[in-house]
Amino acid sequence: MFRQASRLLSRSIAQPQHTKTKVAARAFSTDVPATPTEDSPFSQSWKKVIPTIEPPKTPSSYMKPRPATASTIPTKLTVNFVLPYASQLAEKEVDMIIVPATTGQMGVLPGHVPTIAELKPGVMSVHEGNDVSKYFVSSGFAFIHANSVADVIAVEAVPVDHLDSNLVQKGLADFTQKLGSASTDLEKAEAQIGVDVYSAMNSALMG
Amino acid sequence: MASAGAAGPFWRAAGMTYVSYSNKCASMVRNCLKEPHRSEALDREKVHFSISKWIDGKPEKPLIREGTGGD
Repeated sequence: MFRQASRLLSRSIAQPQHTKTKVAARAFSTDVPATPTEDSPFSQSWKKVIPTIEPPKTPSSYMKPRPATASTIPTKLTVNFVLPYASQLAEKEVDMIIVPATTGQMGVLPGHVPTIAELKPGVMSVHEGNDVSKYFVSSGFAFIHANSVADVIAVEAVPVDHLDSNLVQKGLADFTQKLGSASTDLEKAEAQIGVDVYSAMNSALMG
Repeated sequence: MASAGAAGPFWRAAGMTYVSYSNKCASMVRNCLKEPHRSEALDREKVHFSISKWIDGKPEKPLIREGTGGD
């Protein structure tokens, strides 16, 4: 997205104010428009008024059109699994991933319907042939696109064998007790979060 | 999922934002790691920032905060 920024900044034609704000909005968009740019009503009315000068380009004319959804379902799912500090999987081609969505464990195969899923604390497993790698994800989102690309983002994700079961048991007992003795709404919410997260870690270590 | 008009998830009803919820979950997970990973992870949580209020166009003495994250 920053490739666009230098090109846009070096443009000598002055842009009307509204396209500048669109530029700022577009630069952060991870989605590209589905239709390639055609002669929009703006450029048509420009040409009527000033036929000699080229109409200014709008941000959308610089963007690549959205990659077309393949007519046949691809055989592999491309996964991008990113954390704020590292990219765990970058464009890895796998057979299936199972993400812990708030609505339950969701399996994603190539050709999955485009979905945005909020994740709850739980185990994400990546299946590649006969190998399964499991990560415990603290929370985040999974975006599944029409072209069988899945982006999973999380704040913290660790391989399940990095979790220490003693600390998990202790924490679970701690928060269960806090849940019982909590008074304010906020304390209850925090204790409930603690119980959720620790019981998820517990079941990840057991199963 | 939630029905229309529902208060949403329980932490939202208690006044927490998604970002603080997510950060709390992450910090709980980090606290349960095995040793070498744990100290690396807790390093990631450290914050250091300085805030100064501006009154009448002049900054007041800055308040410097550092340590592990938290609201």
